[in-house]
Amino acid sequence: MTPVDSGMPSAVGNGLCSCHVCRLVSRRSRFSRHEHCPRCGATLHFRKPGSVQRCWALLIASYILYIPANLLVMMETGSLINYRKDTIVSGVVHLWKTGSWMIAVIVFIASVAIPLLKLFSLTFLLISVQRRSHWRPRQRTRLFRLLEAVGRWSMLDIYVVTLLAALVQLGSLAVVKAGPAAVAFGAVVVFTMFATMQFDPRLIWDPLQKEDIHD
Amino acid sequence: MADRPAQLIACRECDLLQRDIPLNPGCTASCRRCGAVLYRNATDSINRTLAYTLAAGMLFLVANFFPIFSIEVSGDRSAITLFGAVHALWEQGVRTISAMVFITAILVPCLELFSLTALLLPLKLGFVPPSYTLFMRTLQFIEPWGMVEVFMLGVLVSLVKLTNNFRVIPGFALYSFGLLTLLIAAAAASFSARDIWNRLDEMLGQEES
Ligand SMILES: [Zn+2]
Repeated sequence: MTPVDSGMPSAVGNGLCSCHVCRLVSRRSRFSRHEHCPRCGATLHFRKPGSVQRCWALLIASYILYIPANLLVMMETGSLINYRKDTIVSGVVHLWKTGSWMIAVIVFIASVAIPLLKLFSLTFLLISVQRRSHWRPRQRTRLFRLLEAVGRWSMLDIYVVTLLAALVQLGSLAVVKAGPAAVAFGAVVVFTMFATMQFDPRLIWDPLQKEDIHD
Repeated sequence: MADRPAQLIACRECDLLQRDIPLNPGCTASCRRCGAVLYRNATDSINRTLAYTLAAGMLFLVANFFPIFSIEVSGDRSAITLFGAVHALWEQGVRTISAMVFITAILVPCLELFSLTALLLPLKLGFVPPSYTLFMRTLQFIEPWGMVEVFMLGVLVSLVKLTNNFRVIPGFALYSFGLLTLLIAAAAASFSARDIWNRLDEMLGQEES
């Protein structure tokens, strides 16, 4: 690994802008508004517009929704023999106790570990970017890459609830219902995914450059 | 028109300017500074992606309308299709969840396969695809929202949960979904937006001269 060199040329430092759709690098004036990519016609931005603010807004919404997602009932299961109301965590514990360890671990990672990882990591990345930190940009970029890759797997529980609720409708014998937490949890997944999309990892590297960058 | 500095690319993740050099087949160019993947040399990208896409498209229909699995409770049998599950949840009034599943497991994969076909088939036949920028942008925009592989895992988890209490019979679409997951992954791995833009540049350049 070569050490991080602050003298390396960034596109924006040379007045060049990479199109976010087709990745063509073209020259763009720093001060004019609304220039378009000569190849695909997309509006050019040096950085994702309003990246930090939008990311914060979505992240705070996710934190708020995370509370009902974990406190409310995710799934109601009822049959003649027993009746249960499960939150996300109690569902995992129940799986573990009934001996489905593999599934318990998978559901725990998808529904508990990944959402928490996303919330805390994005908060950390946003604060570090706002403080114009020079601390380990390579590792922070790698963290962002990880978030992008794992976020989708949180949808797992939503699919499980859907399949079970739709299937188990056999009169009084067995009923599965999606609880109110499912909606809150789904919103957390969607919002954190949007937040990750809004975050611009190039902001991690900008403080290492000498010039100031806007837009 | 702005001038085009030839063969320059900027890293998506750290904005470092680098030169676009030809790669050996199967190799990957990664950013010198942050290690992000810049581009890959996907061998024969257009043909292979098209083949995977067309195969996935056919399986997609099967996977959606045939039963994924069914359960049996005291002689009563109840089977489920993906579309049926989405519909049942909508009827039960859990509409947000129903819409989320519809978008991520049906609509987005469908749009993805359609856009890929609309781009790659004309390229293969040797003409410029109509409204190609629209399809390229669509592909890029919806890419994070296609979750067939997550859905596949969801099916497996549900199967295990159900086998505790019911007799579960795997359906035809279960295997189709397994295969579909693999085919979509293969299409994504062989897809190269860079190759498509390069091919389009060549074709448009020829038309002009
Ligand atoms: Zn980079």
